Amino acid sequence: MALYSEKVMDHFRNPRNVGVIEDANGIGEVGNAKCGDIMKMYLKIEDDIVRDVKFETFGCGSAIASSSMATELIKGQPLSEVRKLTNKAVAEALDGLPDYKMHCSVLAEEAIQSALEDYMKRTGKQI
Amino acid sequence: MIYADNAATTKMSPAAIQKMLSLMKEDWGNPSSLYTHGQHAKETLEKARADIASMIGAEPREIIFTAGGSEADNQAIRSIAALGKKNGKMHIVSSAFEHHAVLHTLERLKEEGFEVTLLDVHENGIVRPDEVESSIRDDTCLVTIMTANNEIGTIQPISEIGEICRRKHVLFHTDAVQAIGHLPINVVQNRIDLLSASAHKFHGPKGVGFLFVRKGIRLIPLIEGGAQEHGRRAGTENVPGIAAMATALEEAVTSMSLHTPHLIRMRDRLIEGLQKIPHSALNGDAVNRLPGNVNFCFEGIEGESLLLLLDDRGICASSGSACTSGSLDPSHVLLSIGRVHDVAHGSLRLSLGEDVTSDEVDEIIASVSEVVAYLRGFSPIWRDLIQGKKPFIL
Repeated sequence: MALYSEKVMDHFRNPRNVGVIEDANGIGEVGNAKCGDIMKMYLKIEDDIVRDVKFETFGCGSAIASSSMATELIKGQPLSEVRKLTNKAVAEALDGLPDYKMHCSVLAEEAIQSALEDYMKRTGKQI
Repeated sequence: MIYADNAATTKMSPAAIQKMLSLMKEDWGNPSSLYTHGQHAKETLEKARADIASMIGAEPREIIFTAGGSEADNQAIRSIAALGKKNGKMHIVSSAFEHHAVLHTLERLKEEGFEVTLLDVHENGIVRPDEVESSIRDDTCLVTIMTANNEIGTIQPISEIGEICRRKHVLFHTDAVQAIGHLPINVVQNRIDLLSASAHKFHGPKGVGFLFVRKGIRLIPLIEGGAQEHGRRAGTENVPGIAAMATALEEAVTSMSLHTPHLIRMRDRLIEGLQKIPHSALNGDAVNRLPGNVNFCFEGIEGESLLLLLDDRGICASSGSACTSGSLDPSHVLLSIGRVHDVAHGSLRLSLGEDVTSDEVDEIIASVSEVVAYLRGFSPIWRDLIQGKKPFIL
């Protein structure tokens, strides 16, 4: 049995939405180098919709795949939906993660929620 | 496929496979049986014992067969601890970067009231003999220091340590799992009292190993239930595995002088190539290391993703990152030589086999360089480093 599902490997090998948004209006960074995982999410939000999203990740295969999948799940979505994104949804969309890697999907959820908080702080808007 | 994980396990030698097969097909008797068929197996077993003993300068009765290196480590340490306890000597000296078969056994002994001193291995990954000497106390029963480290390959001054132990009347055990068949070892010249070895690290089968124990030192069995191995290890002997181990060790020892110069050339070529990657560092001493061992840290990336992408390119390697161990902490070996967590997560161990070619080494260098650059391209840590928001460590 392979370590990861085909979907995890696909998102790890060909991560979607990699990079930086220079004029992002919501940025979230979670994790720390000591534990071996850092995720940074850049959101470009217009009219309460995530028009663009990019990520940078330092971490293992499942951390990179979780970041990639999370960006796919929220791109083009209204903020009310993005607010509801859970780590479980990320893990399920990846056809599951090994138990000891579930924290990678948690990081992805936290990175996105942290970017949303940053957006609210910058704009004074509530979601 | 380029297999560069020989410290994890090695490919079996064809002669060892042949030996195993013929014993499984023909001489499959139980060495404890008295009829001729069983006694043939007994002869095979004792010949393997004599052959292995002669490879390390031991006597046949000083070799006992185990199911691998971990069992040998456990039995050696437990036996000497039991002896020590009887004599009121409950202090053991070891090093911070031993294999877990040693460290976890020592942890258990601490729960039983033993005191353990774990010596510093310093930046170069080498224990200092003078520190071994000064750590030995009146109540020290055992010094256990590995011959060569399994992750960073650094070779320990075991002869000097053995000499000190002999002078101080303390028993000396060495976990030689990574060294046997790769470095010349003679238990008499190196002043070794107990030594652990594992067949699959020198092209023998898995699940077989041996423990050398100098005559006169009493071993306590970890496994009870029979008189095999003179009552020191119960259970019907794995004759095919043991005989194949002897075949593999003989091959490894006799071809060592041929293989070592080539391996060292390949190792140094690989080190030189990987050092060209910016903000990287070799882990452990550059000279006093196993002929095939290369271990690097690359700043700004994580080891597991590096391994997966190398696997995609057909390169088998390993890492000391937390993600490859299933815990949050990176390798205790890298931490013991002073690598901080951030950097230790980005480690790569490449352990070369004797048949590696310079083209393969060059392919490894090219692939690692590309993959490291690719992963750094979207690493938030790397961005902070190159933008000067954080200082480089390497």
